[in-house]
Amino acid sequence: MATQKEVLIDPIFNNNPIALQVLGICSALAVTINMSTTLVMCLAVIFVCTMSNLAVSLVRNRVPTNIRIIVQMTIISSLVIVVDQVLQAVAYDISKSLSVFVGLIITNCIVMGRAEAFAMQNGPWLSALDGFGNALGYSVILIGVALVREPLGSGTLMGFDIIPTVANGGWYVPNGLLLLAPSAFFIIGLFIWAIRSWKTDQVEEPEFEIAPNGQYKEAI
Amino acid sequence: MEHYLGIFIRAVFIENMALTFFLGMCTFIAISKKISTAFGLGVAVIVVLAITVPVNNLIFNLFLREGALAWAGFPDVDLSFLGLLSYIGVIAAMVQILEMVLDRYVPVLYNALGVFLPLITVNCAILGASLMMVDQDQTFSESVVFGLGAGVGWALAITALAGVREKLKYSDVPEGLRGLGITFISVGLISMCFMSFGGIDI
Repeated sequence: MATQKEVLIDPIFNNNPIALQVLGICSALAVTINMSTTLVMCLAVIFVCTMSNLAVSLVRNRVPTNIRIIVQMTIISSLVIVVDQVLQAVAYDISKSLSVFVGLIITNCIVMGRAEAFAMQNGPWLSALDGFGNALGYSVILIGVALVREPLGSGTLMGFDIIPTVANGGWYVPNGLLLLAPSAFFIIGLFIWAIRSWKTDQVEEPEFEIAPNGQYKEAI
Repeated sequence: MEHYLGIFIRAVFIENMALTFFLGMCTFIAISKKISTAFGLGVAVIVVLAITVPVNNLIFNLFLREGALAWAGFPDVDLSFLGLLSYIGVIAAMVQILEMVLDRYVPVLYNALGVFLPLITVNCAILGASLMMVDQDQTFSESVVFGLGAGVGWALAITALAGVREKLKYSDVPEGLRGLGITFISVGLISMCFMSFGGIDI
């Protein structure tokens, strides 16, 4: 039985939802162009993931297994509708710039995956912690990506000037690539590389062994 | 006609679901190790998208939009906040019906798609396409073309990635980058190639 601390801390680096479980990548890439939308997205995911794990875990013994997916979907989408409506009321600009991605939290595999894999088997308190921890792991990667993309891509952070750009009379020529879609893939790829060089047990086994090159030995 | 062709081309290349909007990434990365399975999944996504987007369009226009319920005598009712719940319901139901219909009438296709059909319910590309359809306020015929185009674009992207990964497994990749890491970087490169379509103005 996992302890509370493990359940909370493990997903951040050891079992990161994005870098190891390959869950919830969709929104990780699209919202990271600037820091403020990223933070809002992280808060939304943390809320939805914690609450849905809690709710799913509370009803887990009363739901017949063959309709559990629909029950989970209903719980998750109700939570997402709450988040969506609150955002539209409180932070309309940010909710506009997040556009469809708030709605897509429903199909964010982290929420669904953790509800299915963890909350269906564990008690409410542990499940809520697990949801919180996984959402935190997701947030760490998202904030990391946004930290690279926003300053280098447009010279700002949360809308404040960090590096004076040429357009504002400074010296930095913004790297437009970082505002475009592909850069997010590169940055996450490099993040995964960094995490795996640090936690070497996450390295995947090669499917093919490269044979030593013996063909040209005589020439040497 | 040209208008619809434009929507189709835009959905396939310029606004590719997977590579410009990052939708359906989880399945995109998880199930792209072999070309044959990737292609099967791609076909399933095309079918489901081409059905669910128009159906959701009808639901939005006939029931949820502000003033849409005028025919039932409720001209001021705005149910658009129920959108998310209804779309995901439609998608889950559609996938289930499609599965049963295929099983009964086209067992060949059913066996080929196998486990991918139920998986598609939680593919963000499907829900994303419906949400975009609502965002862009498309008409019914536009949504048919858009759904089809979005599906074809997604299928194209996953098949391309599977092709790259099949070759990639023979190469000597640095240890920490092996597997997931290098996959991300190759998706980035493919996505960059697709950006060259961005200059096309339709």
